[in-house]
Amino acid sequence: MGLQQFLIIGAILFFIGLFGAFTKRNTIVVLMCIELMFNAVNLTAVAMSRYVVPYNNNHGVLIPETILTGHIFSIFIITIAAAEIAIGLAIVIALVRNYKSVFISDAKELKH
Amino acid sequence: METDTAFIIDVVFWIIAVCTIFSAIAVVFLRDVFRSALFLVVTFIGVAGMFLLLRAEFLAMVQILLYVGAIAVLILFAVVLTRDVEQGSPFNGYIAPALVISGLILAGVIFVIINTDWNMTSGEIGSEELTFAFSETNIVGNIAELLIKKYVLAFEAVSIVLLGAVIGALAIVRRR
Repeated sequence: MGLQQFLIIGAILFFIGLFGAFTKRNTIVVLMCIELMFNAVNLTAVAMSRYVVPYNNNHGVLIPETILTGHIFSIFIITIAAAEIAIGLAIVIALVRNYKSVFISDAKELKH
Repeated sequence: METDTAFIIDVVFWIIAVCTIFSAIAVVFLRDVFRSALFLVVTFIGVAGMFLLLRAEFLAMVQILLYVGAIAVLILFAVVLTRDVEQGSPFNGYIAPALVISGLILAGVIFVIINTDWNMTSGEIGSEELTFAFSETNIVGNIAELLIKKYVLAFEAVSIVLLGAVIGALAIVRRR
Protein backbone atom coordinates (compact mmCIF):
# COMPACT_ATOMS: atom_id res chain seq x y z
CA MET A 1 0.00 0.00 0.00
CA GLY A 2 1.58 3.21 -1.17
CA LEU A 3 0.95 6.30 -3.22
CA GLN A 4 1.14 4.44 -6.54
CA GLN A 5 -1.57 1.93 -5.61
CA PHE A 6 -3.96 4.68 -4.56
CA LEU A 7 -3.25 6.66 -7.73
CA ILE A 8 -3.79 3.60 -9.93
CA ILE A 9 -7.11 2.82 -8.25
CA GLY A 10 -8.13 6.44 -8.72
CA ALA A 11 -7.17 6.19 -12.40
CA ILE A 12 -9.18 2.98 -12.86
CA LEU A 13 -12.24 4.52 -11.18
CA PHE A 14 -11.91 7.57 -13.41
CA PHE A 15 -11.61 5.30 -16.47
CA ILE A 16 -14.78 3.40 -15.54
CA GLY A 17 -16.64 6.66 -14.98
CA LEU A 18 -15.42 8.14 -18.25
CA PHE A 19 -16.35 5.02 -20.19
CA GLY A 20 -19.83 4.98 -18.65
CA ALA A 21 -20.39 8.68 -19.29
CA PHE A 22 -19.42 8.13 -22.93
CA THR A 23 -21.53 5.07 -23.59
CA LYS A 24 -24.69 5.05 -21.46
CA ARG A 25 -27.97 6.36 -22.84
CA ASN A 26 -29.81 6.78 -19.53
CA THR A 27 -29.26 10.27 -18.12
CA ILE A 28 -29.33 9.09 -14.49
CA VAL A 29 -26.59 6.53 -15.16
CA VAL A 30 -24.49 9.21 -16.87
CA LEU A 31 -24.83 11.35 -13.73
CA MET A 32 -23.78 8.37 -11.60
CA CYS A 33 -20.69 7.92 -13.78
CA ILE A 34 -19.83 11.61 -13.34
CA GLU A 35 -20.05 11.05 -9.57
CA LEU A 36 -17.65 8.12 -9.98
CA MET A 37 -15.17 10.46 -11.67
CA PHE A 38 -15.55 13.02 -8.86
CA ASN A 39 -14.79 10.26 -6.36
CA ALA A 40 -11.69 9.20 -8.28
CA VAL A 41 -10.39 12.76 -8.26
CA ASN A 42 -11.09 13.09 -4.53
CA LEU A 43 -9.20 9.88 -3.85
CA THR A 44 -6.24 11.10 -5.88
CA ALA A 45 -6.16 14.48 -4.13
CA VAL A 46 -6.25 12.94 -0.65
CA ALA A 47 -3.60 10.34 -1.55
CA MET A 48 -1.32 13.09 -2.86
CA SER A 49 -1.90 15.04 0.33
CA ARG A 50 -0.96 12.00 2.42
CA TYR A 51 2.25 11.05 0.62
CA VAL A 52 3.60 14.15 -1.12
CA VAL A 53 4.00 17.57 0.50
CA PRO A 54 3.58 20.66 -1.63
CA TYR A 55 6.63 22.90 -1.53
CA ASN A 56 6.68 25.42 1.28
CA ASN A 57 9.16 27.94 2.57
CA ASN A 58 9.23 26.67 6.17
CA HIS A 59 12.40 24.68 5.67
CA GLY A 60 11.88 21.26 7.16
CA VAL A 61 8.93 22.27 9.31
CA LEU A 62 5.57 20.72 8.53
CA ILE A 63 2.66 23.03 9.19
CA PRO A 64 -0.99 21.92 8.78
CA GLU A 65 -1.43 24.32 5.88
CA THR A 66 0.90 22.24 3.74
CA ILE A 67 -0.17 18.71 4.66
CA LEU A 68 -3.92 19.38 4.46
CA THR A 69 -4.07 20.97 1.00
CA GLY A 70 -5.56 17.86 -0.59
CA HIS A 71 -8.23 17.62 2.10
CA ILE A 72 -9.32 21.21 1.43
CA PHE A 73 -9.42 20.54 -2.31
CA SER A 74 -11.48 17.44 -1.65
CA ILE A 75 -14.02 19.32 0.46
CA PHE A 76 -14.56 21.88 -2.30
CA ILE A 77 -14.88 19.13 -4.92
CA ILE A 78 -17.50 17.35 -2.78
CA THR A 79 -19.48 20.59 -2.47
CA ILE A 80 -19.39 21.20 -6.21
CA ALA A 81 -20.41 17.57 -6.79
CA ALA A 82 -23.44 18.04 -4.54
CA ALA A 83 -24.47 21.17 -6.44
CA GLU A 84 -23.94 19.38 -9.76
CA ILE A 85 -26.02 16.35 -8.85
CA ALA A 86 -28.88 18.54 -7.59
CA ILE A 87 -29.01 20.47 -10.87
CA GLY A 88 -28.51 17.32 -12.93
CA LEU A 89 -31.37 15.42 -11.32
CA ALA A 90 -33.62 18.48 -11.64
CA ILE A 91 -32.83 18.46 -15.37
CA VAL A 92 -33.65 14.72 -15.49
CA ILE A 93 -37.04 15.37 -13.89
CA ALA A 94 -37.70 18.19 -16.36
CA LEU A 95 -36.68 15.90 -19.26
CA VAL A 96 -39.05 13.19 -18.12
CA ARG A 97 -41.85 15.72 -17.78
CA ASN A 98 -41.35 17.18 -21.26
CA TYR A 99 -40.20 14.23 -23.36
CA LYS A 100 -41.56 11.22 -21.41
CA SER A 101 -38.11 9.61 -21.58
CA VAL A 102 -34.89 9.44 -19.55
CA PHE A 103 -32.67 8.82 -22.56
CA ILE A 104 -30.24 11.56 -23.59
CA SER A 105 -30.77 10.89 -27.28
CA ASP A 106 -34.46 11.83 -27.02
CA ALA A 107 -33.70 15.41 -26.02
CA LYS A 108 -32.87 16.74 -29.47
CA GLU A 109 -34.96 19.88 -29.76
CA LEU A 110 -31.90 22.06 -30.34
CA LYS A 111 -30.24 19.57 -32.67
CA HIS A 112 -31.54 20.62 -36.09
CA MET B 1 3.93 -7.30 15.65
CA GLU B 2 4.63 -4.25 13.43
CA THR B 3 4.76 -6.34 10.28
CA ASP B 4 1.57 -8.15 11.28
CA THR B 5 -0.35 -4.87 11.48
CA ALA B 6 1.11 -3.64 8.20
CA PHE B 7 0.19 -6.93 6.53
CA ILE B 8 -3.40 -6.77 7.81
CA ILE B 9 -3.72 -3.17 6.63
CA ASP B 10 -2.43 -4.25 3.20
CA VAL B 11 -5.01 -7.04 3.02
CA VAL B 12 -7.78 -4.63 4.04
CA PHE B 13 -6.61 -2.18 1.39
CA TRP B 14 -6.76 -4.77 -1.38
CA ILE B 15 -10.17 -6.04 -0.28
CA ILE B 16 -11.54 -2.48 -0.33
CA ALA B 17 -9.88 -1.79 -3.68
CA VAL B 18 -11.34 -4.88 -5.35
CA CYS B 19 -14.84 -4.23 -3.93
CA THR B 20 -14.72 -0.58 -5.05
CA ILE B 21 -13.64 -1.34 -8.59
CA PHE B 22 -16.03 -4.25 -9.08
CA SER B 23 -18.99 -2.25 -7.86
CA ALA B 24 -17.94 0.64 -10.11
CA ILE B 25 -17.93 -1.80 -13.04
CA ALA B 26 -21.37 -3.03 -11.92
CA VAL B 27 -22.67 0.57 -11.98
CA VAL B 28 -21.81 0.79 -15.67
CA PHE B 29 -22.74 -2.70 -16.83
CA LEU B 30 -25.96 -3.55 -14.97
CA ARG B 31 -29.17 -3.17 -16.96
CA ASP B 32 -31.31 -2.04 -14.02
CA VAL B 33 -30.88 1.59 -12.96
CA PHE B 34 -31.98 0.92 -9.38
CA ARG B 35 -29.32 -1.77 -8.92
CA SER B 36 -26.73 0.53 -10.49
CA ALA B 37 -27.60 3.15 -7.88
CA LEU B 38 -27.22 0.60 -5.08
CA PHE B 39 -23.80 -0.45 -6.40
CA LEU B 40 -22.88 3.23 -6.57
CA VAL B 41 -23.49 3.33 -2.80
CA VAL B 42 -21.06 0.42 -2.38
CA THR B 43 -18.46 2.33 -4.41
CA PHE B 44 -18.92 5.43 -2.24
CA ILE B 45 -18.46 3.36 0.92
CA GLY B 46 -15.32 1.79 -0.57
CA VAL B 47 -13.86 5.22 -1.30
CA ALA B 48 -14.72 6.25 2.27
CA GLY B 49 -12.74 3.23 3.49
CA MET B 50 -9.79 4.35 1.37
CA PHE B 51 -10.03 7.79 2.98
CA LEU B 52 -9.80 6.08 6.37
CA LEU B 53 -6.66 4.24 5.24
CA LEU B 54 -5.22 7.61 4.11
CA ARG B 55 -5.75 9.08 7.60
CA ALA B 56 -8.50 11.40 6.32
CA GLU B 57 -11.10 10.46 8.94
CA PHE B 58 -13.03 13.70 8.58
CA LEU B 59 -13.32 13.28 4.82
CA ALA B 60 -14.45 9.69 5.29
CA MET B 61 -17.28 10.90 7.51
CA VAL B 62 -18.16 13.66 5.04
CA GLN B 63 -18.13 11.07 2.26
CA ILE B 64 -20.55 8.82 4.16
CA LEU B 65 -22.82 11.70 5.17
CA LEU B 66 -22.89 13.52 1.84
CA TYR B 67 -22.50 10.83 -0.78
CA VAL B 68 -24.16 7.84 0.87
CA GLY B 69 -26.61 9.91 2.89
CA ALA B 70 -27.61 12.66 0.49
CA ILE B 71 -26.50 12.09 -3.09
CA ALA B 72 -27.36 8.38 -3.20
CA VAL B 73 -30.82 9.08 -1.77
CA LEU B 74 -31.28 11.87 -4.32
CA ILE B 75 -30.35 9.49 -7.16
CA LEU B 76 -32.67 6.78 -5.82
CA PHE B 77 -35.47 9.36 -5.61
CA ALA B 78 -34.83 10.36 -9.23
CA VAL B 79 -34.91 6.69 -10.28
CA VAL B 80 -38.19 6.13 -8.47
CA LEU B 81 -39.72 9.37 -9.78
CA THR B 82 -38.99 8.33 -13.36
CA ARG B 83 -40.43 4.83 -12.94
CA ASP B 84 -43.45 5.46 -15.18
CA VAL B 85 -41.39 6.13 -18.33
CA GLU B 86 -39.26 3.66 -20.23
CA GLN B 87 -36.44 2.48 -17.96
CA GLY B 88 -33.28 0.43 -18.23
CA SER B 89 -29.77 1.55 -19.01
CA PRO B 90 -28.69 0.44 -22.49
CA PHE B 91 -25.42 1.31 -24.20
CA ASN B 92 -25.36 3.61 -27.20
CA GLY B 93 -23.53 2.67 -30.39
CA TYR B 94 -20.16 4.08 -29.40
CA ILE B 95 -18.77 1.36 -27.13
CA ALA B 96 -15.65 0.66 -29.20
CA PRO B 97 -14.48 4.28 -29.72
CA ALA B 98 -15.27 5.13 -26.09
CA LEU B 99 -13.30 2.09 -24.92
CA VAL B 100 -10.35 3.04 -27.13
CA ILE B 101 -10.28 6.68 -26.00
CA SER B 102 -10.74 6.07 -22.29
CA GLY B 103 -8.40 3.05 -22.45
CA LEU B 104 -5.69 5.17 -24.04
CA ILE B 105 -6.15 7.79 -21.31
CA LEU B 106 -5.99 5.09 -18.61
CA ALA B 107 -2.86 3.53 -20.14
CA GLY B 108 -1.15 6.91 -20.34
CA VAL B 109 -2.01 7.85 -16.77
CA ILE B 110 -0.89 4.49 -15.38
CA PHE B 111 2.35 4.70 -17.40
CA VAL B 112 3.08 8.11 -15.90
CA ILE B 113 2.17 6.97 -12.37
CA ILE B 114 4.48 3.96 -12.56
CA ASN B 115 7.39 5.80 -14.15
CA THR B 116 7.43 8.81 -11.82
CA ASP B 117 9.75 8.81 -8.84
CA TRP B 118 7.34 9.58 -6.02
CA ASN B 119 9.95 9.45 -3.27
CA MET B 120 10.64 13.14 -3.41
CA THR B 121 8.39 14.94 -1.00
CA SER B 122 9.72 18.45 -0.68
CA GLY B 123 13.39 18.85 -0.10
CA GLU B 124 14.37 17.85 3.39
CA ILE B 125 11.02 16.45 4.53
CA GLY B 126 11.05 12.65 4.53
CA SER B 127 8.04 10.35 4.31
CA GLU B 128 8.48 9.19 7.93
CA GLU B 129 8.26 12.79 9.08
CA LEU B 130 5.12 13.21 6.97
CA THR B 131 3.53 10.14 8.56
CA PHE B 132 4.51 11.44 11.99
CA ALA B 133 3.07 14.87 11.17
CA PHE B 134 -0.22 13.27 10.14
CA SER B 135 -0.46 11.30 13.37
CA GLU B 136 0.33 14.41 15.43
CA THR B 137 -1.90 16.95 13.67
CA ASN B 138 -5.43 17.73 14.80
CA ILE B 139 -6.88 17.27 11.32
CA VAL B 140 -10.48 18.43 11.84
CA GLY B 141 -9.49 21.53 13.80
CA ASN B 142 -6.88 22.52 11.26
CA ILE B 143 -9.24 22.00 8.32
CA ALA B 144 -11.78 24.26 10.03
CA GLU B 145 -9.13 26.88 10.68
CA LEU B 146 -7.87 26.77 7.09
CA LEU B 147 -11.42 27.04 5.74
CA ILE B 148 -12.20 30.22 7.64
CA LYS B 149 -8.77 31.80 7.33
CA LYS B 150 -6.72 31.02 4.25
CA TYR B 151 -9.47 29.66 2.00
CA VAL B 152 -12.28 31.93 3.21
CA LEU B 153 -12.87 33.47 -0.24
CA ALA B 154 -13.25 30.06 -1.90
CA PHE B 155 -15.45 28.96 1.00
CA GLU B 156 -17.84 31.89 0.50
CA ALA B 157 -17.82 31.44 -3.28
CA VAL B 158 -18.70 27.78 -2.95
CA SER B 159 -21.56 28.60 -0.58
CA ILE B 160 -22.96 30.99 -3.17
CA VAL B 161 -22.60 28.27 -5.82
CA LEU B 162 -24.51 25.85 -3.59
CA LEU B 163 -27.26 28.40 -2.94
CA GLY B 164 -27.53 29.10 -6.66
CA ALA B 165 -27.69 25.38 -7.39
CA VAL B 166 -30.52 24.82 -4.92
CA ILE B 167 -32.53 27.77 -6.27
CA GLY B 168 -31.82 26.69 -9.84
CA ALA B 169 -32.91 23.11 -9.16
CA LEU B 170 -36.16 24.36 -7.62
CA ALA B 171 -36.75 26.67 -10.59
CA ILE B 172 -36.17 23.85 -13.08
CA VAL B 173 -38.52 21.32 -11.49
CA ARG B 174 -41.28 23.80 -10.63
CA ARG B 175 -44.57 23.07 -12.41
CA ARG B 176 -45.89 25.97 -14.44
